[in-house]
Amino acid sequence: MIRTGKPPLLEILLLIMWLVVNQSLELHHWLLGLLFALPIGRLVRTLRPRTARVRRLNLALILCWHVFCDVVRSNFAVGRIILGTVRQQPKVGFLDIPLEIRDPHGLAALSIIITATPGTVFAGHDPDSNVLTLHVLDLQDEATWLHTIKHRYERPLMEIFE
Amino acid sequence: MNVTPLLNWAVHFALACFATGMLCAAIRLLRGPSAQDRILALDTLYINGMLSILMLGIGIGSAIYFDIALLIALFGFAGSTAMAKFLLRGEVIEP
Amino acid sequence: MNIVPMSPWLALPAAILLIAGGLLALIGSLGLLRLNSFYARIHAPTMGNTLGAGCVLIASMLTSSAAAGRPVIHELLITVFLLITSPVTTMLLMRAAVFRSETGRDRQGEEAS
Repeated sequence: MIRTGKPPLLEILLLIMWLVVNQSLELHHWLLGLLFALPIGRLVRTLRPRTARVRRLNLALILCWHVFCDVVRSNFAVGRIILGTVRQQPKVGFLDIPLEIRDPHGLAALSIIITATPGTVFAGHDPDSNVLTLHVLDLQDEATWLHTIKHRYERPLMEIFE
Repeated sequence: MNVTPLLNWAVHFALACFATGMLCAAIRLLRGPSAQDRILALDTLYINGMLSILMLGIGIGSAIYFDIALLIALFGFAGSTAMAKFLLRGEVIEP
Repeated sequence: MNIVPMSPWLALPAAILLIAGGLLALIGSLGLLRLNSFYARIHAPTMGNTLGAGCVLIASMLTSSAAAGRPVIHELLITVFLLITSPVTTMLLMRAAVFRSETGRDRQGEEAS
């Protein structure tokens, strides 16, 4: 493949992982880590030649913070629903959301964000119409979920990946 | 002020929580009406088990438990994904 | 149990995080029993998988740093790994459930290929 001067992020991450697992910064661990990281990185590149480009790292950090806040908030919401099931079961339902994002890495990040937040699960995506199907535990008002996904997650992800 | 007894109590409390969680998951595993229910219960079971092993690591103060937890996380993910994929496609490794 | 004595500035947050993580994982697992359909139940363990496991792993990081006398960060590996992998399993299960309920409802349909 043609190297376009991008930093070999995968190899660097693998090397960092190796050093963290071994809890050491000595020379032989660096060498052994490189010995593993370089061939594995090359092998994985041949499996998936398409690489992600991350721009605007500050925006990504803000998005991470937003996601963390949402995860904490929805943990409490889901906990309340589970403990309140004596009175009533939650009203589950599917929700279709039309998307504008096209980048596959952005979509993958969006699906991970949605599923990691308790109360919502990514249930499918149609590549032709670019419609995302979302499964929601407590479907009270659809407009709020639509607004959250579109403005809070999709907009920053489009700016980061596209 | 010595807070080590508090930490000790917290470790025991969390261990009890994870054990109860494993019990809930086991009941769902045995009772679950559909196959995906059982896989979901297995998923919960292995994560609770991994967390309780980490609790033992904190309580006993040994670093060896970390490696066990890492291995449980790795193999548990592989197992649950393989079973979910089997439900989805009828086979795990597609030609 | 023999927990090494450590400074309250590490032990107190660790204890609070452990109690929070234990409660989150417990409520999440309890949801498996108390919710009445699979589509509702699939949301419950996410609580323990994301925030519960995160709390416990940060607490483990604090205590093992205190025990070793230097920063120990290798629990971060499990945290990152769990954050990336547990949604993948949940998504696959969701797709499997949708697929199975569709093919179960109209068993003679063509999409059951």
